[in-house]
Amino acid sequence: MRIIAAMSGGVDSAVAAARAAEAGHDVTGIHLALSRNPASYRSGARGCCTIEDSNDARRAADVIGIPFYVWDLSERFHEDVVEDFMDEYAAGRTPNPCLRCNERIKFAAVLDRALALGFDAVATGHYARLHTGADGLIEMHRAQDHAKDQSYVLGVLTQDQLAHSLFPLGTSVKGDVRREAADRGLLVADKPDSNDICFVADGDNAGWLRERLGERAPNHGGDIVDDATGEVVGSHAGTYGFTIGQRRGLRLGTPAADGRPRFVLDIEPVSGTVRVGPRERLAIDTITGDRPRWCGTVPTELDATVQLRAHGGEHRARVRVEGEQVHIALLDPAEGIAPGQAAVIYDGTRVVGSATITATARTGVPA
Amino acid sequence: MNQPTVYLDHAATTPMLPVAIETMTRHLREVGNPSSLHASGRAARRVVEESRETIARALGCRPGEVVFTSGGTEADNLAVKGIYWARQADRPRRRVLASAIEHHAVLDPVHWLAQHEGAEVGLLPVCQRARLDVDALRAAVERDPDDVALISVMSANNEVGTLQPIEEVVALAAEHGIPVHTDAVQAVGTVPVDFATSGVDALTTTGHKLGGPYGVGALVVRREVVVTPLAHGGGQERDIRSGTLDVPAVAAFAAAVESAVKEQGTYAARVSALRDDLVSRVLAQVPETHLHGDPVHRLPGNAHLGFPGCEGDSLLMLLDARGIECSTGSACSAGVPQPSHVLLAMGCTDEQARHSLRFSLGHTSTQADVDALVAAIGPVVERARQPRRS
Repeated sequence: MRIIAAMSGGVDSAVAAARAAEAGHDVTGIHLALSRNPASYRSGARGCCTIEDSNDARRAADVIGIPFYVWDLSERFHEDVVEDFMDEYAAGRTPNPCLRCNERIKFAAVLDRALALGFDAVATGHYARLHTGADGLIEMHRAQDHAKDQSYVLGVLTQDQLAHSLFPLGTSVKGDVRREAADRGLLVADKPDSNDICFVADGDNAGWLRERLGERAPNHGGDIVDDATGEVVGSHAGTYGFTIGQRRGLRLGTPAADGRPRFVLDIEPVSGTVRVGPRERLAIDTITGDRPRWCGTVPTELDATVQLRAHGGEHRARVRVEGEQVHIALLDPAEGIAPGQAAVIYDGTRVVGSATITATARTGVPA
Repeated sequence: MNQPTVYLDHAATTPMLPVAIETMTRHLREVGNPSSLHASGRAARRVVEESRETIARALGCRPGEVVFTSGGTEADNLAVKGIYWARQADRPRRRVLASAIEHHAVLDPVHWLAQHEGAEVGLLPVCQRARLDVDALRAAVERDPDDVALISVMSANNEVGTLQPIEEVVALAAEHGIPVHTDAVQAVGTVPVDFATSGVDALTTTGHKLGGPYGVGALVVRREVVVTPLAHGGGQERDIRSGTLDVPAVAAFAAAVESAVKEQGTYAARVSALRDDLVSRVLAQVPETHLHGDPVHRLPGNAHLGFPGCEGDSLLMLLDARGIECSTGSACSAGVPQPSHVLLAMGCTDEQARHSLRFSLGHTSTQADVDALVAAIGPVVERARQPRRS
């Protein structure tokens, strides 16, 4: 096959490209330029937008012996990922930009361009497994390395996208990938993993948003209110600085009556109110989602497990699908579940699909 | 994948001439710092000075006017900053005028002077064919001629190949005693260049664009023009450019200049015929394609073509996969392609700028190269034009 290997400059995508080439595919390496001015979003050495990363990717391609180009996806990335990130925070939700990038950029804009130019598929360094099931459909499963599993951020991919995707690292563990990189002479073998959002320089989401939200969130300052008493216990400069379940950085003037820590329970961007309360009030067992994306056949009702945030645990659930609405009843409650995050639905290790969380309801309270 | 390479990027760099390779390798075996006083030093110095004289004969200047540098970028920086600084000696002259289509090696120092030295930059417009608007230059000069420190206009544009009206620039500048610098990196060896008759005060040339080695070039600068150095040290090169010279590279550069200038007439006739064949056949092959730049005032080897509906990046990649090498004319060290400032100055939109490819022919180009491109371009453009899924 003719393969486009998306190379971030990190160790995983470099080894993925090397394996695809070694498997006999005709591989071309691509680094995605996601910012017109490479320093405009972040200036640190980590992440995916720096000149250094582009050079690391180029050197890896040299070592592997494949052609290498930079594709400028900066406009698409800004429109589809960065704008969406700001809109979601302005609306009081907590988006996952990596998921959005996979959905709209890597397996959409890049894949489309690759197919148009005569390539057959896009290979990335994501940890997830693909195989064709008995019914001929392509199944995506959690990676062998559960600690590195990235099927959550790929849970938005459709059958058509999966049919043109390649994840050569799905059956590997990270330590082996690093060793293999060293054996192959790839200089990125010991490069640190990037965990932050690639376009937020220092991991300070609130600071990044404060500088940029501007007109999108004109009056987001407001009160922090104790959800039980209705008492104003603090104030804040913008709801975008908060996520459901957050405990740190609340700077509450009035301690809780029982002296126990309080957590963000709810964010109301219009009034600017942030509601806080004790940990047990974070527990929810009912989730509603929209914008469903199904990896294969659209289910109507199933017993499944769901993952509700990146690196989050699995929850047993009953999932019911009504058109564009997905209703999830958790068998065991979950805490700190924020609207805007994806609920990814699994049947065992297989990804069934995903939905964007729009609402949650607390234990015993109807949604 | 064992197809022969079809190299159509001579404006980026061109293969070294055999005489330059022979000269360079011969001198690599010899020891001697040209500044040393002993026999080996004198021998090295002799090589440098003979090279200087060779270049002077080829370019119509005096040997003492040749200041060797590490290449075009350094020579451009030396001219722009060095002349600007020197022109502040008796009284301030704040204005620097340059065409909007200069190479970044001129534009960036000019902007640097504005940011750090209080210079006032005037970027002069060009017409749709990328030829300097001399009336705009006249108006800009006459607004306050006494405050103009320097005018810099390239001899030939590196992207679209348009030759610039240097005689008119010089005539205008001479009325007010303003020094003129020209970046002639693309011009030397491809079109006639004579320093003395041109009347310019400083001229940039470089080795690797005319069959010499990388990493060596020269600023040809009139003896009367004072240039403040960028690099201070041992006082080599009239104290304008300190640093031990790369003797083998200087010798090879001189051999290449001599050969390229001697062959310029036959080169231009042969290569422009190939280029005309390339352009007419590609235009015939691919509907809606058009030529950018000036059909008459043009470098012999330059063919800059717009392919509406195609990303230049995609075309380059598809051609590269077939062994055909060209340029989008917008390389960037960060690897993030920016729409070319030259095409934008010519009035192209961002989109039109992104549709473009530069094919540049040179001394090793053959009819077979042109034939290979003509055979490949149709299917490649068709592929790149296929509608996207989303």
